[in-house]
Amino acid sequence: MKLRTFKGGIHPPDNKQWTSHKAIEDCPLPDELVVPLSQHIGAPSVACVKVGQHVAKGQEVGSAKGFVSVPVHASTSGEVVAIENRPHPFGTSMPAVVIKPDGEDSWSYDMQFTDPGSLTQDEVIDKVRQAGVVGMGGAAFPAHVKMSPPPEKPIRTLLFNGVECEPYLTSDHRMMLEESERVLQGVALLQYVYGAERVVIGIEANKPDAIALLQKQCADAPVEILPLEVKYPQGAEKQLIAAATGREVPSGGLPMDVGVAVHNISTAAAVTDAVMLSRPLIERVCTVTGSAIKEPKNLRVRVGMPLSHLIEICGGLVEEPGKIILGGPMMGFTQVGFDVPVIRGSSGLLLLREEDVVKSLEGPCIRCARCVQACPMNLLPTTIAAYARRNLVEETEEYCAMDCIECGSCSYVCPASIPLVQSIRHGKAAVIAKKRKALL
Amino acid sequence: MSQQLYLSSSPHVHSGETTPKVMRAVLYSLAPACLVAIYFFGPSALGVLLIATLGCLATEVVCQRLMGDTVTIADGSAAITGVLLALNLPPTSPWWLTLLGAVIAIAIGKQVYGGLGSNPFNPALVARVVLLISFPVQMTTWSAPAPLGSGLDLVTTATPLGEWKNAVMLTGEMPAAMQGSMAGYFLGNMPGCIGEVSALALLLGAAYLLYRRILTWHIPATYVGTVVLLSGVFWLINPARYPSPVFHLVTGGLVLGAFYMATDMVTTPVSTRGMLLFGVGCGVLTVLIRLFGGYPEGVSFAILLMNAATPLIDRYTKPRTFGTLRQGGGV
Repeated sequence: MKLRTFKGGIHPPDNKQWTSHKAIEDCPLPDELVVPLSQHIGAPSVACVKVGQHVAKGQEVGSAKGFVSVPVHASTSGEVVAIENRPHPFGTSMPAVVIKPDGEDSWSYDMQFTDPGSLTQDEVIDKVRQAGVVGMGGAAFPAHVKMSPPPEKPIRTLLFNGVECEPYLTSDHRMMLEESERVLQGVALLQYVYGAERVVIGIEANKPDAIALLQKQCADAPVEILPLEVKYPQGAEKQLIAAATGREVPSGGLPMDVGVAVHNISTAAAVTDAVMLSRPLIERVCTVTGSAIKEPKNLRVRVGMPLSHLIEICGGLVEEPGKIILGGPMMGFTQVGFDVPVIRGSSGLLLLREEDVVKSLEGPCIRCARCVQACPMNLLPTTIAAYARRNLVEETEEYCAMDCIECGSCSYVCPASIPLVQSIRHGKAAVIAKKRKALL
Repeated sequence: MSQQLYLSSSPHVHSGETTPKVMRAVLYSLAPACLVAIYFFGPSALGVLLIATLGCLATEVVCQRLMGDTVTIADGSAAITGVLLALNLPPTSPWWLTLLGAVIAIAIGKQVYGGLGSNPFNPALVARVVLLISFPVQMTTWSAPAPLGSGLDLVTTATPLGEWKNAVMLTGEMPAAMQGSMAGYFLGNMPGCIGEVSALALLLGAAYLLYRRILTWHIPATYVGTVVLLSGVFWLINPARYPSPVFHLVTGGLVLGAFYMATDMVTTPVSTRGMLLFGVGCGVLTVLIRLFGGYPEGVSFAILLMNAATPLIDRYTKPRTFGTLRQGGGV
């Protein structure tokens, strides 16, 4: 049977063999947790605790500011030792609440089980918001915002992303294998909120064990397990929707414009905790892997754990890495050091040896059109990049730069090693700047 | 931290494909055609191949030195131009003609525009056409193949297409009997340019490029398909005057042109629809020139004309952006 997929894309070596068979391990607490107040798309939260104050595990330490914002919580119990700017995974210094764990790791309240049947849809959404649940696939968009589509945009298909198309990463794969009940409970809760006609979990065919397990567990549930062709970026929202429904999200639009909502399967698990146990999102599974790490692992980490701590738990380094990447190798962010903390969107920590770092010299474009064939958005990456680099903003926009999802497939295939997606990002920024200026 | 950390925006991995690797694969793919040419035409073909290739490499070095650029002959693109130029010359072409062609190809066909990736026309074809127009005698003196070990000498004769054109010009009809057989033409047993002769050897190389995904089917298939269709129409209308599509396929430079010259990445469109259009355009022009033009062969002119149309084709064949209804964007 031909598996469903999208047009374009690439087949990078998946390098998942290092961790795909390894069970999730709990990462012990470090001496210090750095909880950034901004871990999501939208307005940063505002600190609501004071230095010297004792906080319990799960206690709110940063309050949401506005609708597209979520609160931030203490990942363990302990003392707030500082509220100051600390290095952030996004490359700058940003405000963070620094907690010295007391070792008790005690929750802020008695754990209470809530029967979801007793809650209205709005109450479910509110619990998700209070728990600070964001999209855990990487973008970290507040889940409660997605769960509140306007009434004129009904959701007919609820789609769950278990694709995990980024090479190296196996955290979602392990979640589906080891925590399938939490995942499926979340799927049911989200379905309760949306009332969709069709519920689909999309999984790349390179995870047959996860597909088989979920198929077995969903045998009697109205949930469709959809195996998808192994191809990057199959897990990109628009490409996943195209594969599962055959519909294209309109240019500049959102999934709800085609009646679809997409959530990561780990987000579904977090929704279960938030709704049934009133537990905020303070931990996640993070794949620590790459050629420079001694023992690659799938670790259950708390938000705020420094990278150096994760590395220590994974047996340390083989050698000093040439590159530290939070996230996957296709869309992750390079880090300046090991004191950066893990945040809610950190699906992986990838440490590459110096010799594995790509350092090829750029050559002239030979118009081989590989980028054109690889682009999942059907763009002309080499043309957009050429305009963007010449600062021709109008042409950059005319060639649909704003439709680029920045998956990096073009740069991956380019034989001339031209930084295509990197240039297109600059071009997009220039287009946005021009539009802002026009509004003033 | 003792060591340097690399900071860059994503992606952090690469396919490992490089321009020199692509160029080397193209060179490998041309090896069968070169070997067949040397078999049929002997040392003179080898001489043309060597002079053209070394001439192109030397011209590239001189041009880049003169302009103060980095010398990039290691990328293999100049060597490809040299081999392709040789394949587009008669096996009897004198050394000075070959060398002149090499200088024209690299200096005027490529480096004046800024080198690799910037030339609008296929450099080897620019050289071939300049030579064809400037030195018609030397460029149309063909010899019948004299396979190695056969004891034959190279004897001057006409190409099958030339044979046909002469007869049609004189009598308005096909020659009664052609000198060769279709199967012989296909294997390479016919007079012609060094690289034109063996369609089989060229197709072997092209198969390797298709397997390596350096070549896509779009241009060769539409080019050859258009020639077959259009020449077939004329053949059906008047088989006494117009040769069959098979004749068009196996004689002349169609296979060399469709698989190696019209697929030069630099000078052809980047979108799929653009490539299809390019192939059709090449096919139509080739048939028109062959059947109605002054020259017996039209492949070079057809490809160069379509090269000129490439920016225009690119402009009007922007792919339909995902999530939009029309090509080129806009919902």
